[in-house]
Amino acid sequence: MAAHISTLSLPRLLVAAKNASLHARWQAVAHSAVRYSTVPVPQEKHVWVDVGKSEGADSSNLSFPQTFDKILIANRGEIACRVMKTCRMMGIQTVAVHSDVDASAVHVKMADQAVCVGPAPTNQSYLNMDAIMEAVRSTGAQAVHPGYGFLSENKEFARRLAAEGVAFIGPDTHAIQAMGDKIESKLIAKAAQVNTIPGFDGVVETVEDAVRIALDIGYPVMIKASAGGGGKGMRIAWNEEETRDGFRFSTQEAASSFGDSRLLIEKFIDNPRHIEIQVLADKHGNALWLNERECSIQRRNQKVVEEAPSTFLDADTRRAMGEQAVLLAQAVQYSSAGTVEFLVDSHKNFYFLEMNTRLQVEHPITELITGLDLVQQMIRVAKGYPLLHKQEDIPINGWAIESRVYAEDPYKSFGLPSIGRLSQYQEPLNLSNVRVDSGISEGSDISIYYDPMISKLVTYGATRAEALSKMEDALDNYVIRGVTHNIPLLREIITHPRFISGDISTNFLPEVYPDGFKGHQLTAGGQRELLASAAALHVSAQLRAQTFLGTLRVSASSQERRRWDLCVELGGERHPVVVSRTGQTYTVEVGGESLVVSGEWDLASPLLPLKINNTPRMLQCLSRTASGDICLQYLGTSFKVRVLSPLAAELSSFMPEKVPEDTSSILRSPMPGSVVAVSVKPGDTVAEGQEICVIEAMKMQNSMTAAKTGKVKSVHCKAGETVGEGDLLVELE
Amino acid sequence: MAAFTVARSSSRLISGFRTSFGGLARVKHGVVAATASQVSLQQQCRRYAVGQLSVKERIDKKRQEALLGGGQPRIDAQHKKGKLTARERIELLLDPESFVEYDMFVEHRCSDFGMEQDRNKFPGDSVVTGQGRINGRLVYVFSQDFTVFGGSLSGAHAQKICKVMDQAMMVGAPVIGLNDSGGARIQEGVESLAGYADIFLRNVLASGVVPQISLIMGPCAGGAVYSPALTDFTFMVKDTSYLFITGPDVVKSVTNEDVTQEELGGAKTHTAVSGVAHYAFENDVDALLNLRDFFNFLPLSNQDAAPVMESHDPSDRLVPAMDTIVPSETTKAYDMLDIIHAIVDEKNFFEIMPSYAKNIVVGFARMDGRTVGIVGNQPKVASGCLDINSSVKGARFVRFCDAFNIPIITFVDVPGFLPGTAQEYGGIIRHGAKLLYAFAEATVPKITIITRKAYGGAYDVMSSKHLRGDVNYAWPSAEVAVMGAKGAVQIIFRGKDSQAEAEAEYVEKFANPFPAAVRGFVDDIIEPSTTRKRICRDLEVLASKKQVNPWKKHANMPL
Repeated sequence: MAAHISTLSLPRLLVAAKNASLHARWQAVAHSAVRYSTVPVPQEKHVWVDVGKSEGADSSNLSFPQTFDKILIANRGEIACRVMKTCRMMGIQTVAVHSDVDASAVHVKMADQAVCVGPAPTNQSYLNMDAIMEAVRSTGAQAVHPGYGFLSENKEFARRLAAEGVAFIGPDTHAIQAMGDKIESKLIAKAAQVNTIPGFDGVVETVEDAVRIALDIGYPVMIKASAGGGGKGMRIAWNEEETRDGFRFSTQEAASSFGDSRLLIEKFIDNPRHIEIQVLADKHGNALWLNERECSIQRRNQKVVEEAPSTFLDADTRRAMGEQAVLLAQAVQYSSAGTVEFLVDSHKNFYFLEMNTRLQVEHPITELITGLDLVQQMIRVAKGYPLLHKQEDIPINGWAIESRVYAEDPYKSFGLPSIGRLSQYQEPLNLSNVRVDSGISEGSDISIYYDPMISKLVTYGATRAEALSKMEDALDNYVIRGVTHNIPLLREIITHPRFISGDISTNFLPEVYPDGFKGHQLTAGGQRELLASAAALHVSAQLRAQTFLGTLRVSASSQERRRWDLCVELGGERHPVVVSRTGQTYTVEVGGESLVVSGEWDLASPLLPLKINNTPRMLQCLSRTASGDICLQYLGTSFKVRVLSPLAAELSSFMPEKVPEDTSSILRSPMPGSVVAVSVKPGDTVAEGQEICVIEAMKMQNSMTAAKTGKVKSVHCKAGETVGEGDLLVELE
Repeated sequence: MAAFTVARSSSRLISGFRTSFGGLARVKHGVVAATASQVSLQQQCRRYAVGQLSVKERIDKKRQEALLGGGQPRIDAQHKKGKLTARERIELLLDPESFVEYDMFVEHRCSDFGMEQDRNKFPGDSVVTGQGRINGRLVYVFSQDFTVFGGSLSGAHAQKICKVMDQAMMVGAPVIGLNDSGGARIQEGVESLAGYADIFLRNVLASGVVPQISLIMGPCAGGAVYSPALTDFTFMVKDTSYLFITGPDVVKSVTNEDVTQEELGGAKTHTAVSGVAHYAFENDVDALLNLRDFFNFLPLSNQDAAPVMESHDPSDRLVPAMDTIVPSETTKAYDMLDIIHAIVDEKNFFEIMPSYAKNIVVGFARMDGRTVGIVGNQPKVASGCLDINSSVKGARFVRFCDAFNIPIITFVDVPGFLPGTAQEYGGIIRHGAKLLYAFAEATVPKITIITRKAYGGAYDVMSSKHLRGDVNYAWPSAEVAVMGAKGAVQIIFRGKDSQAEAEAEYVEKFANPFPAAVRGFVDDIIEPSTTRKRICRDLEVLASKKQVNPWKKHANMPL
């Protein structure tokens, strides 16, 4: 599973699949209390892409066999809504569980019945087995769908349900248990003839040993310190000579860094991709593989963009992977939907990572290309029906791409959580072939208690290019206000030449953005478009500000003007712009070129559909102030511009620069969250880099450190308190 | 003797030539010898003989001088302080080329302390006045010129201001004052004080007739502060403007307090602590551009209806997010601004006094293009209770709206008046009465929405039906009662055991909109998502509302 591949904390060449140790290293920085896929997620209007071709593939959509009368969904957000959608289609009553802060959440409103299972913290509500069991009993639900995360892979929960004769919509307890243990699952996989990462589990004693083992495993290999961490004592070797050198250096480094010179050798996976196979099995020994999902674009072990199928697999590799996945599923008598995760190297060698015994976050893309409704299949299987399909019935129709839209700031290590109220929210549902799985609506709060995912934005096309271009449109049309979101990053990823060509790996983000994500970099032409749009928007707003309706006692002087000289500031630079207008069309001269910008100029709409030199562009106006500041979202990234008259621009240069407060002596919370621990008290002397307090937000603990050495003047937070972004935590003298 | 007299009387004319005559012009009037006068007299006659060119030249010269105010070095000094000149400010505030200047040739009349000297005379003196347009609409402005005697107020200066104010009153158009003045022109003594009083009087007479706005863009100290205080809105510029009765030096000598100018009377102090100013802008440019925007909310005078602008926001837009905005627990806070932003046109809300008495929110917005005044309790701050400061803040705003025909929309979530000795000793009774008074007296369209709590006397105060609210709505989450359930039960069932039960009964009975609805104290219980639509429709109907209070010389508001 992805959580084991650190893509950030290590130099890219050293990434390997010795999962546990790398994972531990990452955790030292910021640990995920729950793994990525335990993420509960949102969804409201559940829009299925109209995939015409695949309708015939699943004829069962039309008539539903008797399954259950009532299903309780032990989850929240997107996935709860997703499951209810299918239940509703199948004529099954639904029961929602919710924490008290979720009382008016979308999934609660969508359900036929809802039960509050406790206060906001997940361990007191969505993980509160007693309360959920009580909810099952009181509502008379016959089955429970756990979604993903929370209790979905909890064998105890499955066992308790079974004991009460309630169906668990997922695999049996023993399969959950077998696949839940990392070592055991590898052993089972090995025994089932599934490829696992070759390596030598013992300690390598001598250079000759190393060479022999390396030869056994096959180059390239990775030599690393048994006690290792942070890339120290790690070497990649592509041949015998490098193995010898590597052994020597690594021994020395390991000894000096860790005081322990023992080394391990394992296969080095170069440019690893994360590709997983969806499997579906029934309780009668039948199992299918439903093709792959490419999930290599990740940050901090969390998937960001997924697609199905993968650009990388050929039919043979796909079949080989699929067959191995099915073998594994059968080896543990797996039933229901599950996912077998593989690492794939640049030579299409693939190695088993782990199996997820639940519905996966990114399951929609598989649904779109196969035409199957996985939730419906899970419910059927849980009832005991045999699979309807044969392997040869499983098609790959077209291409599907999923972007995970998160409430987080992509400019801070590819995404630090942000919270807030969705003051405005509009999904791009006006577009065809777009599916949005979300569990929130306008007015919803993204709180610190749960995963910050806003939605899964899925687009479909006959070809990958079509799906990608649809994704661009969908991201441009997606209106999210009130929380910081990662659409800038998503849009950059899906338009990056490397991504378009399919040249990706789990290291994609750190490789493409070695200095962190900086947003869209404007080309000269893009900059002209942005400046022209801002100038035209400004003029149309100015014109409206002079439009008073009704009869006026003192007549207003008319301001017939056809030409405006303006000065547009962008990133500290001033650009002279000349705007002339005929009707709704503005001709803007900027940077020696003339651009024709036309549109509806609806100043109330968050979307600003324009035609620039006849090319349609969907911009968004994020804010517009009376003093000329305009914030426009252009190609996914928001840009701040200021449009002023030449006079105002000239006079602006006399305005004093406001000195920002000295931030080295104050510590502010970089994100909303709760204070886990405060390590200092007033009067303490702290050294630069010393931990001052720990803030937990969503699933991450972040250590706040002193920016300089000094004495603590005052502490403004205490453990257990909730803090907002920018709140003052500690002041130094 | 006669010659001498002639020489004297002509000296004024001569001064007009001072630049063209070069060295001669620098001769100080007071020391002009008779002979010298005669020489200049001859020269002057010669100039006249040339024709009218000289007058035109003089006009041009004067104008040139007037445009330069106190001269380039002082202009540079002004810029260095991060401030614009009086004329630059007017140019930015008004539509291009719309400014019509008055009294450009007025000079001060002081003849003491060497003030009569030529170098101490500046055409236009220390203020620029006139009229112009903001987005096409008429406005009268005066802009004090700090580069001339530190913007100090002379008799002439005051006279110029009075002239535009008088005309503004006659025409029915707002007055905007851009204040940047060191204070009284000390050399003029009582003349300057008289000038202030003349302005104060006009401020008072214009109050409620035309909107008056003061933008403090520099110092404004001593008696001068009372002019902004009398106007409807006082805006300030951060870091460069100050308002105080006495400066830090005097404070130190009288009360021995150490205080900086900024702490004593800066924008932060007055917008957050004293409540003297209504808003603080970042800098001069920001302030003036925003003032243009603000001006669009206001009618020109009390004879005009609230302006209606073209709006792109559909008046029947539903706001689904409103259905979930009020938390189910009655003790939990939410942000009233979220409601306001979601309901008004294009989320455009100009909040007045956003940093002062934050438990009440007031400001301007538009509904279907029409300016409205919004008043709302803010549950996020002090549970939205009414206290001294919030009552006064709300009352002044309501009275402005009423004076200028701006409909008032009130969002109510108020648990009552704030208890405690601080409030009682401070006179909450007297101050709370102001808000009550203002709402009761107002005859503009009044629409009230009870979003949640409306407890006790505060329910009555907040534009209730009983105070002539035209349309009063309750959301399903509304609770109109004398007090919260717990307190009520403790009183009704004092000393009895079954309090929990009684509390439940009380909640059942009063913690909902029905008690008010069955009595007709609210006109309807509405789905929150339809609030915008309902308000827009009601405003259309109420546009022709006519209501007149009994004749009186003036009312006696509890001050």
